[in-house]
Formats: sequence, structure tokens, C-alpha cells
Amino acid sequence: MPSLGTTFGRGGATTFQQDLMNADCITIMGSNMAENHPVGFQWVLEARERGAEVIHIDPRFTRTSAMATKHIGIRAGSDIAFLGGVVNYILANDRWFHEYVRCYTNARVIVADEFVDTEDGDGLFSGWDPEKGRYDVTTWQYKGMTVHGAAGQREEGFKGTKGEQSGHGGHGGGLEHGDPPEEDWDLEDPRCVFQILKRHYRRYTPEFVADACGCSVEDFLWYAETLCRNSGRERTGAFVYAVGWTQHTVGVQLIRTAAIIQLLLGNVGRPGGGVMALRGHASIQGSTDIPTLYNILPGYLTMPHTEDYGGLGGYVERTTAPAGWWGNADAYIVSLLKAWWGSAATEENEFCFEYLPRIDDDNSNYWTVQQMLKGKVTGYIVVGENPAVGSANGRAQRLALAKLDWLVVRDLVEIETAAFWYDSPEIESGELVTEQIPTEVFFLPAASHLEKDGSFTNTQRLLQWHYKAVEPKDDCRSELWFYYHLGRMIKARLKGSKDPKNRPINDLTWEYGTHGETHEPSAEDVLREISGWDDKGQMLAGYKLLKADGSTSCGCWIYCGSFADGENKTARKKPHWEQSDAALEWAWAWPANRRLLYNRASADPYGNPWSERKQYVWWDPEQEQWTGIDTPDFDEEKPPNYVPSSGAKGPDAVAGDHPFIMQADGLGWLYVPQGLEDGPLPTHYEPHESPFDNPLYSQRANPRRQQNKDLDEDPYNPVDGEPGSELFPYVVTTYRLTEHHTAGGMTRFTPYLAELQPQMFVEVHPDLARERGLEHGGWATIVSMRSAIEARVLVTDRMRPLRMNGRVVHQVGLPYHWGQRGYTTGGAANDLAHMALDPNVHIQEVKAFTCDIRPGRRPRGPKLAAFMNELRERVEAERGRAPRREPEEARET
Amino acid sequence: MTTPMQPTGAPAAWPDTYGEDAKPRVGFFTDTSICIGCKACEVACKEWNLIPEDGRVWTGESYDNTSALGANSWRHVAFVEQRKPLRLAEPFPEADARAGEAGSAGAQPAEVGVADLRWLMASDVCKHCTHAGCLDVCPTGALFRTEFGTVVVQEDVCNGCGYCVPTCPFGVLDKRDLARSPDDAPLALPLFGKKEDGRVWKCTLCYDRLKGGLEPACAKACPTDSIQFDELDELRKRAERRLEKLRVERWNGARLYGQDAGDGVGGFGAFFLLLDEPEVYGLPPDPVVPTAHLPKLWRTTALAAAGLLAGIAAAFVGGRE
Amino acid sequence: MGFLELVRSWPVLKQLDGDPLGLGKAAQSERSRTLRPRVADADHVARSICPFCAVGCAQLVYVEDGQVTQVEGDPASPISRGRLCPKGAATKNMHAGPLREYKVKYRRPYGTEWEELPLEQAMDMIVDRILRTRDETWEDETPEGNPARRTMAIANLGGATLDNEENYLIKKLCTALGIVQVENQARI
Repeated sequence: MPSLGTTFGRGGATTFQQDLMNADCITIMGSNMAENHPVGFQWVLEARERGAEVIHIDPRFTRTSAMATKHIGIRAGSDIAFLGGVVNYILANDRWFHEYVRCYTNARVIVADEFVDTEDGDGLFSGWDPEKGRYDVTTWQYKGMTVHGAAGQREEGFKGTKGEQSGHGGHGGGLEHGDPPEEDWDLEDPRCVFQILKRHYRRYTPEFVADACGCSVEDFLWYAETLCRNSGRERTGAFVYAVGWTQHTVGVQLIRTAAIIQLLLGNVGRPGGGVMALRGHASIQGSTDIPTLYNILPGYLTMPHTEDYGGLGGYVERTTAPAGWWGNADAYIVSLLKAWWGSAATEENEFCFEYLPRIDDDNSNYWTVQQMLKGKVTGYIVVGENPAVGSANGRAQRLALAKLDWLVVRDLVEIETAAFWYDSPEIESGELVTEQIPTEVFFLPAASHLEKDGSFTNTQRLLQWHYKAVEPKDDCRSELWFYYHLGRMIKARLKGSKDPKNRPINDLTWEYGTHGETHEPSAEDVLREISGWDDKGQMLAGYKLLKADGSTSCGCWIYCGSFADGENKTARKKPHWEQSDAALEWAWAWPANRRLLYNRASADPYGNPWSERKQYVWWDPEQEQWTGIDTPDFDEEKPPNYVPSSGAKGPDAVAGDHPFIMQADGLGWLYVPQGLEDGPLPTHYEPHESPFDNPLYSQRANPRRQQNKDLDEDPYNPVDGEPGSELFPYVVTTYRLTEHHTAGGMTRFTPYLAELQPQMFVEVHPDLARERGLEHGGWATIVSMRSAIEARVLVTDRMRPLRMNGRVVHQVGLPYHWGQRGYTTGGAANDLAHMALDPNVHIQEVKAFTCDIRPGRRPRGPKLAAFMNELRERVEAERGRAPRREPEEARET
Repeated sequence: MTTPMQPTGAPAAWPDTYGEDAKPRVGFFTDTSICIGCKACEVACKEWNLIPEDGRVWTGESYDNTSALGANSWRHVAFVEQRKPLRLAEPFPEADARAGEAGSAGAQPAEVGVADLRWLMASDVCKHCTHAGCLDVCPTGALFRTEFGTVVVQEDVCNGCGYCVPTCPFGVLDKRDLARSPDDAPLALPLFGKKEDGRVWKCTLCYDRLKGGLEPACAKACPTDSIQFDELDELRKRAERRLEKLRVERWNGARLYGQDAGDGVGGFGAFFLLLDEPEVYGLPPDPVVPTAHLPKLWRTTALAAAGLLAGIAAAFVGGRE
Repeated sequence: MGFLELVRSWPVLKQLDGDPLGLGKAAQSERSRTLRPRVADADHVARSICPFCAVGCAQLVYVEDGQVTQVEGDPASPISRGRLCPKGAATKNMHAGPLREYKVKYRRPYGTEWEELPLEQAMDMIVDRILRTRDETWEDETPEGNPARRTMAIANLGGATLDNEENYLIKKLCTALGIVQVENQARI
């Protein structure tokens, strides 16, 4: 995530699950860890049994709340208000870790005079362009610095992907050498980051938090004090989050707020501290590291943009940071190009850099769906994902599938995405007619993980190899088989082609050993290519050995060394009882097998542990090297008192007491001058759909959020203050249950799991049930402008209503696992959700939007379409009497 | 309550009948204070013991859709939503002081862990009673006490007579219904040749795994070690220590259930740490082995026994063909 | 079983041998006496990783006669210590569930039902379609004349449930083909 990336330097979780055991205080927020990561939760309980406070802050009282030492209920979508209150509490009460903040963060840096904070801009930072609906970020820079790299070469309107790319990588904003030039070590200059931060959050008082979030002042104060009391030299606190934080139009900024707190309290890089990101899929971290994502190449190298020309030289100039490990980006990209185009990639042809296709600003999944609806994307390959259920606005997803020429679905079972043409709510309602759908559909059965070799990268950046147990049956094949043979067949077809567009295929290296009757390619061969070798064919030990001269080949620089010393290190299985708590010989973690990132910060500026209780990695003056129980996340021989010379570049430009080595200045960024689309500091905005006004500013929601104003398939509920908003008075939040997994493809079709949660249900408080006439065990229909679904009613005290500004707000809880097919079927919660997105990562806001709920089952057949049309017409009629949306708000289509 | 049978704390037929083959008595200690209600125990049990699916019925009883132990559910996680604090209140003076400094006059001291809501979860299982009524009444010898001191229905012996069913004070023993259709219980088909013949099924404490030196599937899977498997003596000591810790931490209602060798079934082989009265979890507060009234029962049984004897012998010989 | 053994195995006689009530050893059947866990008969044990969430629990997969007979936690893992949640515990049930698909299915345009299709032919047809769509929609440059080198008509979705090696081949092949709309569950 760019939030962690811009703050600390890498987008991955800063710590590992077992280390939660060492925490004195664990804040679980935006995560329902006990339900969704039950086995990882054992480490939280270990901490609790040792006396740690475990606080769950969440709109719902869940199985995690039940195990916590305290649950604090807040309104869905109010997290920044709550955490901003904590920042204010820390600063107002002088609870920050002075030495850590002064030495290890950018608190002391002076910001450009042009920067205007939201507090002075009524919810907008400086640089806002209302016509383009975006920020010019130049005014957010440090004082006296120019925007890094080639801003001048970028044409007006170029938005690029710098935000995301640098987000994961942590590029510095125009930092010419190791240290920023203007600083105030006393942190008193009114333009220094520390003072700006203080002013920015000054209004986030306990009373404000209570009003905005619906919790009590007492609970908030208890929490803030508990957190502070459990931080410092002797104690540490950890944050745990998951998609409860990411799936918002302010998701990235939300995580940033926690990252700021952790820096202020000195909890990063230390045992029992950090920010633990919990990913939902077996290899979601891996599919970001080696991205099946449009905007990055393996290892968070940016994809070139259509307006990002100038060949490899220009690319390198923009990608390389003057200091820190991104200083060697040229070696990473050249080694990648060598891995892909082998001997065809030479210095003369810029290592085939021109073979790379170019992207636009947003070619993400939700953009693609819109292109399908417009008939522009006509071919779609879906592997191990079920967008007809799992993506926001399921109706739009399915209508899009019905416009395709061809669709390939590879899965273990016949999921909704494969069956949309004869079994979907739109077929039932008559909006789609099977005989009129042109889409040609190929369903190819997939191999399960038990039927193939390969590695998953888990939530703590750990690559773990799994061995094939049995052969897949009949037509079942791995994705490795599918793409390998697809590539092989395509190469055969295009062999000898003179068409320049086919040269990247003709020259592509595609030599992997195959075995068995099915000619399954060797996953180890692929891992070898990912890990990399030199021009003599020697496997490389790590990314420090990569060169920019074409003499090394590496498919993903952060995975360099995962296959080295003749060993598949991801397959190491040394039992935990035979090694230290960091378990460095179980599998392999990126980067360089480090388990706890930024662990240089576990020692003070002089290299001594902050305390004996929390020692982890420290400087050994006799051996003249860093040592400890983990791999030091620092140049092992760089002494604490190292000061870079003025001409130093790359890693050499990072000082010996600057622990965040991926950052251009080696510092943790409280304030992010470059790399984010929607501001250098997190600010409370209301969700895209909310029954409330923003209590801080007239700017209601994130001005930079992505909306689809002109897309008929994605209509929005009127929000607070708009005519028709009374039709959608409730906050709705979606979530998962222990017994099922995401869109249900692996669990609704599995009898032992289907029976444990056999039906879609909606959770409501008794007061809401009374208000709407809902009967426990009966049926309810939940309605948004997108769709109406039905669910069984579970009336429970666990959905506590919240009182805010004198108003009571009810929240409606919807698990999102269900769909049309499998052993257990039911309404898909995502059918209700809209496709407004976070601007940095294009993630939808399914954790907080609005709805109505009514007793009884939904209209069936054609009556459903009629019901929805009537509702939409009514809302449009109401809207006709007023401006459609607030005029100051941005739009992006 | 007094019982006519003097509970000795030692089960009949163990260890004496096994001589040198006897093993230490083993069991479960299920510590519900760390149960996260994930139901891994239910699934791990089904996977190991090849148990059919138990029907897809949404109950609306919190997150419990299994409802009860039965022939096709040998572990059952109960969910209880309560308006009660998890821990008893104690003041937290520092927060009060800090609140004052923060300029929030009027802020009341918060209390550690106090909430008006708690969600209890507990994984129930066959208790493997010290004095097991089911065992006493089984006419076929299908139910027996193993060398580990556990109580097992032998699937190759049980003829489905069902005498044992009403004797269990916990309602554990249950006859497996025939699957009406493949859709009714999709897992009934690949049961490796087992007949769905109305026999009685319950937790065996993974008898086959014990014989191979493995711990039972549910205890192995349990993500938080809420289900602990070990020698019963060790578990009882561990449970006492655990209870003491929870009392110090002011856990509301913490108590042991079934660890007392003096209770109506002579203590459980699988006992529990609960956070409220047993009834709250659907457990009998004072279970008594019905064979406490054995003399009366014998008189009735004796009449039937004579007539059945020939039949049992015939069935036995027939079963060996 | 010979007659004498049969007689000896009769419970009444067994009861006389130290178990007068017939509640213990005397009641133990031959099957019970010789029972052993089926994993003891496994031909081999594969070491795997749970495919559901990203905690990354380690699994032991027992295989007998080419069939998976049991999946359970691997105690050696420093993360999971042998434990599994209900989803991980249901791995065999997912892997060999009654609704698992084993054959290619094909729906022709405007078709009303699935048809059978050999895998080889399906692969050939998919190659046809990728190359045809790519040819028809190829963009060498943007309208402004900047390099583009891509097709914007094909998209690939999915990856978070796959192996790193699989994602690598997806990204590599799609990039070489000029397919830029490569996405996965990171957006959901």
C-alpha cells in the first residue's frame, strides 16, 4: 500500500505475525482478525495472556471484539477522525517519543511556504484544480526543494503512476542528497512538519472524536492513554489492519494516520510494534510484488506511461532516487528486461525497453469494467477470481460480461462469473436474455494448490513453497500450465513474423523445463528466473549484486536471492523449535530475508537498544557490524555515526542513524510531500455515500476520489443534505465470516463450510428491527440505487446504534460471500455497492455506504427491474429540484 | 445430589481389563475463554472421521448453525450473546488523570474491559464420562471403554438398536439417518464403502489417531489451543491453574465444568472451563449417569436379555462372514 | 477366521478373561484392536501451504494411491504451529468436493447450454481469439503520437489466489503481448 510505502519506504507489512506476541498493546482496527485470520490470531491471544491490552475498534462487535480486552464501536467511515484524535492527544499531551521523532522522522523538515493546509483551505490542500479535479502537488514540497526528477518533461495533465509506484517504493520528493536542507531540530519553526501536524489535528479533540465517530469521550481517552502508556523505550504497541481500512475512498490516508501515530510513538522497526497489514488471499502480497496489476512491473518498478517517453534513460531518471535503495533502480529495470528478453536485450537497443507497452492514468479493474460496458474491452481472461460476486456493483460487472466477445474463466468450480449468461439476477429479471448474449465462454477447470508446485507470499512478505501432492485429473491444469502453453502456442504462431508488434513475443525468453504427461512446466525453473543469475549463469545471492550493464538477469529484484546457493530458499522447512523466534530458516522473506522491517530503529541513534526489554538489532562496536536476532534492515557494516559525503549517491547517501533505507532521506515520513494523490496529511472526509455532513469542512468527501458520474450502471444514493437522501438513511458495511472466503468460490461449493454458514443474512440492532418492522429469522430487502437484495434477518445487540451530534445512526451489516451458485446461495452484498474509488489505488468503498432496509423478500423476476427503475426515477425526480451534487466536488470519469 | 453408585473417579473396565496394554487416561480440556468460535474443530473432526454433512439450516441462533451434537456433528460450537461484562470492573486512575490534562473536564474514568456485551463461544463434545451410561446399556458390546479410558462406539459392532441414545445426559449419542438423496448429504457418497445404516455415531476422541500416537483432529486444528488434548491428570492440573489466573484477572463467571470426580458421572474425560452457568451453553448443570438406577434397569433388561441372547449371537456370527 | 478363533472371540468368553462386565478389552472388536490412523498408510506426505487467506499456514498432505487422504497442519511452521482454521481444515473437502469441475465447458455465442470441448481445441481457440482481438485493436501510438505498443481490448483478471511463478508468467506474457489491463484482487 502506498500509505505504508510513502511513510516507511515499503508497501508491505512492517512486521510479522509471530512478533505480535511481543506487543504490550495491540490495536485491531479495520480488521476482524479472529474471524478472518484465525490462526494468525493465536499470536494476539499469546500477547493478551502475557498481559497486553487488545483493543478492537470497529463498527461491529465481532468474534475479534469478543476476544479483545476492549471493544470501541465507531461509525463506519469515521476512522481518520478517531485516529486523528489520537495524533492530537499525543501531541497536545507531549506523549511523543522525542528522540525517535527528532532523529528518525521528517518532523524537523521545513515545508515550502506555498503549502496551505486543509485547516486554512476549508478541506482542500493547496494546489487544488477544480476543473481537472486533481492536485498540483508542487506546493506540498519541502522548502527550497524542486520536484524530484523530470517534472518539466511531464506535460500538463500528466498524472502518471508516480503515486502508486513511489508509494510502494518510497521515492523521495526532490531530495538532492541524504538530508533535506532546511530543518529545525527544536521542532518549533511554524513551517516545520511537526508544527504543521500539530495545527492540522488541533481540532480533533476528544469531543470532536465522540461526535464524529459515535463513541464516548471516555472510551476515546481511555484508548489514547492506553496506547501512549504502552509505547516508549520500555514498551511497544502494534496496529493490525485489513481491508476494513483499505476499502474506502480515503483508504490510503486512513492507513497513513496509523503510520503517523506509530512514528510519533516510536513503534516502528521495534519488536511488538509496527503496522501489521493482514491480506485476504494466499498470495495477495505476492501478486503485488510480482504484480498482476496494470501500473507496476515486478518489484514495484513503474509501468511506463503513454506520456512518459524518452526511452530507458528517461525512465531511469524518473525512477531512480538520489539516495536510498531506489538509487539503484537502473540495475533493477535492466535486470528485469534481461530476464524477459535475454540475449535480444542489449545496451544498444536499451535492453528492449521499447518493447514495454504504455499505460494511461487508470487502466485498473473498475476502469476495465467500464470499457467493457462501452464495448471497448472485448476479450477477458479471469483466473481464480469471481468479479460477478466479489467486485463492487455486481450488476454492472455482469452487464459488462454480457458485452464481451469472448471470456475465459479458469476456476475449480463453475462460479457465477462463468455462469452469468444463464444463471444471474439479470437473467431472472429479464434485463439479460441468454439467447441475446454474444459472449463466447470458455470454462477451463483449474488445478488446486495440492496439484501443483509453487510459492505463495503471505501477509508478512514470506515466500513459502508448496509441493504438488497429486496429479490434477482430466482437464484440470495449473495456471502455470495454461500461461506457459498459451505463450508457447502464441510464439509458435508468430514465429517468423516480420510485424514489429510481434517482436516482443518472438524475442521473449520462454524456456522452462516441462514434465509429466501434461507437460507441466517447472515452477522451480520460473522461480530461478525470478531470483536471477549473472552472465556466467551463477545464481545471485541478493539484489545488491544486480547491475545496470546487462550482465545480470532478475525477474523481480526484491525476490533476488530467493533461489540461491543451489537452494530453493522458499522451500526451507526447518521447524520453529530448532531456531530463533524470527525463524529465519523457515522459507524466505523479502527483502533479503528480513522479518521485521526498519529494525535499525530498534536501536537508538548510537546503535544501542532503546531498552533491554525491547532489544532486537543493535550495533556491535567490537565486530563493527549490526547484529541481533533478525537480518539487520541496514547496511550491516555502516556505523551509526556514518555521515554521507556531499556527493554520495544511492544507499551511500543514507546516514548511519537514518533507519528507513528505502526513503530518499532515510527518514520516516509524518508528512508526505510527494507520492499521494489526495494530500500530504490524512484528513477526515465523509464516505462517498454518507448520511452525515463533514463536521470539519464544507468539503464533504475526499475531493480527489474517483467517481463515475456519467455511468448509468453506477448511480449514487443521494447523500446528506440532498433531496432523496432520506430514502437511504442507514450506514451499511460489508464483511467476511470465518466460515467462508471472499466471493465464496472456494467455500460456498464446499459442503463442510456451506453448512456452517448456510444462508445470506443481514445483521441489525433490535432498535432498527423495531423501526423498520424486521422480524428475527424473517426476510429483509436491502436497497441502494444499484440494486436490491434479500437476506435473512439476524437481530443482535452486536450491531450497536451510535449517537452522533444528537442523532442516532443505525448500521446494517452484510457479509458478502453469497451469490447464485454453490451449496449455499443468496443475495450478493456487492450488488448494492458503488464503484467510487480511492484515488491512489482505485479500491472501492464497500466498508461504508448507505442503504435502505425493508421487511420481506425482494421483488422477483421482472418486478425487480421495475422496482429498481421506479426507485431510480423517483430519486432523479427529487434531484431535479436541486443541484445534482455539491458544486465544489471533483469528478473523474 | 447424591447418587446410589459411589463415584470413584475411576472408570469401570479401565485400566484393569487392559493389563499391560492400558494407557494413561486421556481427554480434552476445552478452555472457552480463548475460543474464537471459528469451528475449525467441527470441520477438522469431519475431515478426519469422514462424517457426512449435517444439513444446511440457517438457525438465526447467533452464528450457530450446527445447533447440537449429533451423529453427523461430533463437535459443536455454541454461541451465546449476553449483556454482561466479560470482566468485572476495576478503576483505572491514570486515564482519569490524563483526561484532566487533555483538557477534557468532566471526563469520567473509563474501566478496563468493561463492556455491556460479551459473546461466549464454546466447543462441545462427547464427555467420555468416567461412569458412562451409554456403555452400561449397550447390548452388543459396540460401546466400550478403550485402553485410553475413552468411550467409543465400534462402528463394526453397532447394530443401531439405539438403547444408548436416551441414557446420555448430554444428548451426545445419536443415530445417523439415511441420506434421502445425494443433495441431502453430498458427502454421504464417497464414504469409502461405509454403509449409512442408522448406526449410532459420536466422538471417538480419534481412537485411530490415538493408536498411532497422534492427537485428536479437533485439538490439533484449534487455532488458539482452546481445545487441549493430554493425559487427564495433567489437564486437570492445568485447568486449576488457568481458573486461578482468570479469577485474578476478574473474568466474570469463570468456572470449571466436569472436572470433579465427585459429580454424577464421576467427572468428564472431556471437561470445560466456562464463563457462565452450564445451562447458558445448553449443558446440564448436574448430569447424572442414568445407570445410577441400574438395579431397576437390570430387572427390565434381564427379561429382554434372555430373548435377545440367541439373536445377538446369531448377528455376531453373521457379522464375521 | 477359524472356528476356534471365532469361538474365542465371542464376547462371553472374552469377558471371562478379566473383563467380567464386558465394557473394556473384552468388548474390543478385532477392527478396534488393530485400528491405526489412515495417515500411517500414506505413500508420501507433501508439504504444502494453505490456499485461503494470507496467514500462510503450513499443511501436511497425505497421499495414498494417488488420492489425498488427509490434509492437516504442519507443526513445524513458526506461524501456524500445526493449526488450521475451518477453511484450512476443509482443504480436502474443497479439493475433492462434489461440485469440483474436471472438464472444459464451452458456451458458443448466443448459446443456451454448455457444450463439451477438448482441452487442446479450447487452447487453440483461445490463442485464435487473443491474436485476432490484438490484431484488430493494436495501438502503436496514442492519438497524440506518443508510443503506446498495446491492445486495450483484452484484459486479464486474477492473481491473488495464484502462485508467484504463475503471476510472473501472466505479467510477462501479457506485457509482451501488449495487454496492459492485468489486474487482481488487490483492488477488492
